[in-house]
Amino acid sequence: MMHWIILPVVLPALLAPLIGFVMRHDMTLARAASLTGTVLLLAIAIGLTSMAADGTTHIYRLGDWPAPFGIVLVLDRLSALMVLLTAVLALIVLIHAITTGWDARGRHFHALFQFQLMGICGAFLTGDIFNLFVFFEVLLIASYGLMIHSGGRERMRAGLQYVVMNLAGSTLFLFALGTLYASTGTLNIADLAARIPEIPEEEAALVRVAAILLMIVFAVKAALFPVQFWLPATYANAPAPVAALFAIMTKIGAYAILRVHTTAFGPGSGGTEGLVGTWLFPAAIVTIAIGAFGVLGARRLMPLIAFSVVGSMGTLLVAVAAFSPTATSAALYYMVHSTFAAACLFLIADLVVTQREADTLTPMPASVQNGLFAALFFAAAIGMAGMPPLSGFLGKLLVLDALRTPGAMPWAWSAILVGSLLTIVGFARAGSALFWKSTATPVTDPDPEAITVHDVPEPVRATPMQLAPSMLTLSVLALLAAFAGPVSAYLEDTSAQLFDREGYVAAVLNPGEEG
Amino acid sequence: MELIVASTIAVLTAGGVYLLLRLRTFPVILGITLLSYAVNVFLFASGRLAIDMSPILSRYGEASYTDPLPQALVLTAIVISFGMTAVLVMIGLAAYLEAESDQIDIAREDEAKPAKDDQA
Repeated sequence: MMHWIILPVVLPALLAPLIGFVMRHDMTLARAASLTGTVLLLAIAIGLTSMAADGTTHIYRLGDWPAPFGIVLVLDRLSALMVLLTAVLALIVLIHAITTGWDARGRHFHALFQFQLMGICGAFLTGDIFNLFVFFEVLLIASYGLMIHSGGRERMRAGLQYVVMNLAGSTLFLFALGTLYASTGTLNIADLAARIPEIPEEEAALVRVAAILLMIVFAVKAALFPVQFWLPATYANAPAPVAALFAIMTKIGAYAILRVHTTAFGPGSGGTEGLVGTWLFPAAIVTIAIGAFGVLGARRLMPLIAFSVVGSMGTLLVAVAAFSPTATSAALYYMVHSTFAAACLFLIADLVVTQREADTLTPMPASVQNGLFAALFFAAAIGMAGMPPLSGFLGKLLVLDALRTPGAMPWAWSAILVGSLLTIVGFARAGSALFWKSTATPVTDPDPEAITVHDVPEPVRATPMQLAPSMLTLSVLALLAAFAGPVSAYLEDTSAQLFDREGYVAAVLNPGEEG
Repeated sequence: MELIVASTIAVLTAGGVYLLLRLRTFPVILGITLLSYAVNVFLFASGRLAIDMSPILSRYGEASYTDPLPQALVLTAIVISFGMTAVLVMIGLAAYLEAESDQIDIAREDEAKPAKDDQA
């Protein structure tokens, strides 16, 4: 049995209390430990990805209990990909938080950050739905702390809404689990996949209720209409590096839908087949519309980006809702892309807002590095809106190409294309207000001496180290576009493995074949 | 007994949802608590209701035992919901002290206010 699989959970779990209790008075030490831990996590994630790349499904039995009775961790291509995505994003966000000093504006940033990573990695690796609930709670309770990091009136109130929303979601999750357990007698995903097809269709009503309840729970996480309303307020008021890390949080909802609803309730599951996709598709279309109109109507920079995240989740879930291997591999490509695009926008917005000292979309005197920021914002907005040079274009193209079935095509194509257009207009408006019109705005400082750069008390220029994380995410987007061929070939294998129910069930439930 | 358990869950859930939709923090916290009570009883019942039976097999082949797994699930759920409620109370308190109001909604003028300050 490979013990590597549990490491992405154990490493942050051990590190976080150490940072929280032992290193809490020494910021340098905490930063070093957190950075080391995240680099190690990245190394482990790369190792796990290369382990899973050959297509075997690796199993880790906690306490060595056989699968339906004990909890298993499952490592296949999809979970390895998600852990790798988390680790890369976490490292970038952590560098940004350290170099911009966000981590020192409140207490326990690094401990909470590591707990958050533990929860996220655990949620991606687990093969048991109740365990998924537990890891959801771990990552949520860490995210509550990160969300209200450094405090402030608006942030506390938005944080309160976020907590209440997620607690209600957790309760719903438990109701879904109870229904599922009462009707099937198991909570192991592989065991569910084996048992649900055996339930006669006329008795599958409870399982269908459980499938829809679970979809609603995951939709809350994925910010799907009609439960998307928490996201703009939360992301817009969270500290920017935390908002960038939260780019992966919405993807957890999408991942959970992919994992649970493809494997357990997906094609070939009898009574629940096609049920979730029917509801997911229109909801995702409306989500795209909400995101696009939100981007168009936003009056501040952070809500603008938050709404663009809502729109990208809509696009992602439209592809997920098709529940076909082609559409899923397109969704996975778009998922990787939109995670980095959203994170990139939040990181750049943080630099911009720090210099402007406001995130309103109104012309203000140009900041010291107006040109540089304009270029960065332009590139990130291109990525998010889906314009050619970066991976957003390819991602949307793959999604559109996968959704050519007669029933889906008119809705999905028009929603994605019109949504993209509105997003481009929204970003162009924001960019021109922030950067272009700003150069035409005279400096209206009452103190004439402050006009010359040297007399301004703090000519806060972003240091190269502060710019590095945003540039790194941009280069990830560029690499994703440059190597789109190999990446999408890998993702096609990933979704083929995801749709191989028999293979997954056999690997998890028959321990003799795996080890 | 099924009727009693079912109606208890129903009443708790209804009360919880009603309180959750209130505009002030404290009723919302109570609502979340009621909902978590409801879900705990519900989870407990998902292993079928059985009276006076132990959750372990005393002898193999003896079929009269109650499903132990939901009890373990309920225990986990109780611990988690207790911790979460504590966190919620603390965040609610902090938000109340910062904002000097325990309204859950962020009012429109509040949203506009920081923007106005920045422009000035």
